Amino acid sequence: MAAVKEREIPRSIYAANSFCPGCGHGLVLRLIAEVIDEMDIDRDTIGVLAVGCSCLTNRTLAIDLLQSPHGRASAAAAAIKRCRPEKLVLTYQGDGDAASIGIAETIYTAQRKEKITQIIVNNGVYGMTGGQMSPTTLVGQKTTTSVKGRDPEVSGMPLNLMEVLKSFEPAYMARGSIHDAPHIMKAKSYIKKAFAAQMAGEGYSCVEILSPCPTNWHMTPEESMRRIGEEVIQYYPLGEFAKGGDQ
Amino acid sequence: MRTLMKGNNALAEAAILAGCRFFAGYPITPQTEILEYLSTRLPEVGGQFVQTESELAGINMVLGAAATGFRAMTSSSGPGFSLKQEGISYISSMELPAVIVDVMRYGIGLGNITLGQGDYFQAVKGGGHGGYKTLVYAPSSVQENVDYTILAFDKAEEYRTPVIILSDGAIGQMAESVKLPEGKEHDPNKFEWTLKGKDDTYPNGRKMTDRIYYDFKYTEYDPHIRDRYSAMEENEQMWEEVETEDAEIILVAYGITSRVCRGAVKAARANGVKLGMIRPITLWPFPKKALHKTNKTVKAYLAVEMNACGQMVEDVALYAQGTPVYAYPSGRVIADQEEILRIVDEIRAGTRKEAF
Repeated sequence: MAAVKEREIPRSIYAANSFCPGCGHGLVLRLIAEVIDEMDIDRDTIGVLAVGCSCLTNRTLAIDLLQSPHGRASAAAAAIKRCRPEKLVLTYQGDGDAASIGIAETIYTAQRKEKITQIIVNNGVYGMTGGQMSPTTLVGQKTTTSVKGRDPEVSGMPLNLMEVLKSFEPAYMARGSIHDAPHIMKAKSYIKKAFAAQMAGEGYSCVEILSPCPTNWHMTPEESMRRIGEEVIQYYPLGEFAKGGDQ
Repeated sequence: MRTLMKGNNALAEAAILAGCRFFAGYPITPQTEILEYLSTRLPEVGGQFVQTESELAGINMVLGAAATGFRAMTSSSGPGFSLKQEGISYISSMELPAVIVDVMRYGIGLGNITLGQGDYFQAVKGGGHGGYKTLVYAPSSVQENVDYTILAFDKAEEYRTPVIILSDGAIGQMAESVKLPEGKEHDPNKFEWTLKGKDDTYPNGRKMTDRIYYDFKYTEYDPHIRDRYSAMEENEQMWEEVETEDAEIILVAYGITSRVCRGAVKAARANGVKLGMIRPITLWPFPKKALHKTNKTVKAYLAVEMNACGQMVEDVALYAQGTPVYAYPSGRVIADQEEILRIVDEIRAGTRKEAF
C-alpha cells in the first residue's frame, strides 16, 4: 500500500478558515500562503483586507494585516507601501469592494502606479450581506436585488476590471480562475508573478480571480465550479493582460 | 527667530517640525495652502506627499500610514471634512494616531468658501458613526496653529487617537509673526504594535482592525472605551481665561471669534462693565472645569460663534449648571465688537432672551 502523503498546511496559514463550505476564498488564501512561503517573505509581507467576506482572512493568514474601511483597501495599502517600501504589500478584496464602492481607489492606485499588488476575488455577488447584485454579476444572473436576473437596461453591463485597468499600463495584471486543478495552479503562478513584479520595483500589479460562492449562487460546490468553467469565463476571459517591461 | 507666515503654511511647517512625514489630501478652499506647501516641503525632508483622487482616499491613506507608525496628517474644509468622517471613525476604532485639520468655512452643503465656524458639532460630537470622540484643538492665531499642531501629534500618540485641529478660514489665510521651534525626529519603529512585517512578538502577524475583535474580552470592551475617553476628558481640557476673576458676564468664544471678544472685554472694562472671557482651546474635551469654576459667581455666559444657529452654545449651557446662557451666533459675518457690547447691555438690563 502506497504511503498516504500527510496533508501539508502552508506555514502562513495559522488557523482553519471560517468561510462557507465550497467557498473559493479558502483556496485563494491557500495559494497566497503557498506563494508567500515559497518566496520566504512571511515576515516581510503586509496585507490589507477589505470589508466583506475577505475580512475573515484575519483569522487564517499569518501575516501582518490591516482591515480598511469598505472600498479603501488599495488607498491604505499604497500608503503602507510608501512608508515601508521594502515590504511586499498586497490587498485582498472582493469584487464589491474593489470594483464598486472602491473603484475610484482601485483606478487611482493603478493610475499612480503604486507599487502594491491587488488581489481581487470575483464571485459576482456581495457574499457577506447575502448575495446582492455586484458590478460583476453576469447578465441574467439572479441575486436578491435582481430577482429576475441582471437586466443591462437597468443595471448596465458587468464591469470588466482588467479592461478598466489596462490603460494604466500595470507592471503585471492577470485574471485567473480556481474552477479546476490546472486553473488553480495557473492562478497561483499569476500571484507569484505579481509579487515578483512588485518586489522588483516594477510598479502596480493586480490579479483578479474568478471564484465560486455556492451559498449565494444557490448551487452545490460542484455546480458552482462548473458554472465558472462553462459560463463565467465566457464573459471574463482568463490570462495575463500586462506582463511588465522586463518579463 | 521670528518669521512672518500665513496660517496655513505655518500649520503645514509645524507638521514637518513635529516629525510628520506623510500627508495625503485634496484641494479645497480655504485649506489648500497646506496641501500646496507640503507638496514641495515633504519631499525635501524625505517624506511622502500624495494628492489623492478624493478626501476618502486621503483619510484612508493616512490610516494606512498611521498603521505603520509614521506621523501622518490630512487636511480639508467643510464638505471635504464631511467625507473624512468614516475614516476618522475607523481610525478611532483601530486606535491609531493621526492628525486631521479642518480649516473651517461657512455654511451648510457647499456653503461659502469664506471664514466661518460651521463644523463645531461635526468635530466635537463625533462627525462619523459609532460615538467616538477626538481631541479637538481650536487655534486662534498663526502661532497657535504651530503650537497646537505639534501638540496634536504628541497627544495623538499618547492616546493612540485621531486629533482634530479646528482652524478656520481667517486663521488659515492671515499672516502673523511666528516663532518656530526646533524640529523633532520621529522614529516610526518605536512602537511594537505598528505594521512592519510579523516578528516573534506576533508569530501569526498583527491583526489591525477595530479593537473590539481581538484585543478585548466581550465584557471588557465597553469599559475600555469609557475609560479611554474619560481619561482624555479629565486630563486634556485646555482654556484661557481673560478677566474672569470678578466678571459679571463671561463671553465664551474660540478661534477667530475669540479675538473680537478679547477686544470687547477691554472696551467693556474701559466703561466699567465687568466683562470676561473663557476661550476654549480644546473643544473636546470642552473645558467644563472653567465653567464649573465660574458658574457660582457669574451672572451669565454669552456664547459667541460664527455660524447661523449656534453650536458651541449647547455645550456652554450643558456646563453652566443653571447659570443663564445667551447666544450670539454671528452668522456669515465675523462677530462685531459693538454688537457684543450691545448684547451685554441687554443681558444686564434683563431684556435679552436666554438661548434655551
